[in-house]
Amino acid sequence: MEHATNEHGHVEHASVRTYLGVAAALGIITAVEVMVFYIEALHPVLVPILLTLSAAKFVLVVGFFMHLKYDARLFRGLFVGPLAVAIAIILAMLALYGVFTGGGAPGA
Amino acid sequence: MTDDAAATAEGHYTSTGLPNRKLLMWTFIGSECMLFGSLIMTYLVYRGRSITGPYPEELLNIPFITVTTFVLLMSSLMMVLALAAVQRNDMRQGKLWLLMTALLGTVFLGGQVYEFSHFLHEGLGLSTNLFGASFYLLTGTHGAHVFVGVLWLLSLFVLAVRGRLDARHAETVEITGLYWHFVDVVWIVLFTLIYLLVS
Repeated sequence: MEHATNEHGHVEHASVRTYLGVAAALGIITAVEVMVFYIEALHPVLVPILLTLSAAKFVLVVGFFMHLKYDARLFRGLFVGPLAVAIAIILAMLALYGVFTGGGAPGA
Repeated sequence: MTDDAAATAEGHYTSTGLPNRKLLMWTFIGSECMLFGSLIMTYLVYRGRSITGPYPEELLNIPFITVTTFVLLMSSLMMVLALAAVQRNDMRQGKLWLLMTALLGTVFLGGQVYEFSHFLHEGLGLSTNLFGASFYLLTGTHGAHVFVGVLWLLSLFVLAVRGRLDARHAETVEITGLYWHFVDVVWIVLFTLIYLLVS
């Protein structure tokens, strides 16, 4: 992937304007998350809404601030691989402990 | 110049064509995903299983923690501004944003110390119930990471003040930034799972 470099030979991943835009988006999403938390009518769908908003913030920070959107594919693999394994283990353990079905621990 | 070539311009050339220190940091971050994944899993499995109080819904202060979350998010902005300044060799701005990042990290830590002391005062210790054990372990581990990050940022600031940090060391600042943003990303997840999905 080709990117502009400055006079010191450093890759400029994103402009300061982009960083400010991402920071504003992060602030707004956090405010929306807290608003949603206090709206009683949204409580039946609170979990999917909050997880989606949290995932959006996660992707913004990793993609723009950590430059994964612009950087080498190997870095992406080194991050996404273990992250996927961690998420899979969390989901498997939650299922095993009956968290999704409201049950108890195995053997309990 | 390609991304990879530019990235290795100041450092060592490797068989991957990528800077080895950055590769190491991403590998470390991958391992950290597994560490925090196991702690988050423990918290979620134990959630709602405490048989004695105090319970999370009695203790967690959402407005307060929202402010400290916002502080940590803004510290990430300061970090990328510091990196951009160092890459431009604008060390006056670089020093300012590095110090601001460390300062906001310290404010976040202050908030965590306040929260922990408040919880202890309300009777929630490490061994009081399952919530106390899993909460302190998870947020405490995160707080320890923030503390290490603040020390790392302050050491870069001191190097910059002494004139030993400039555009040639931008990769060092970038690697510090990767660590700092990862700490931020972990908190994004914890804020939702611990504080917002409390019930």
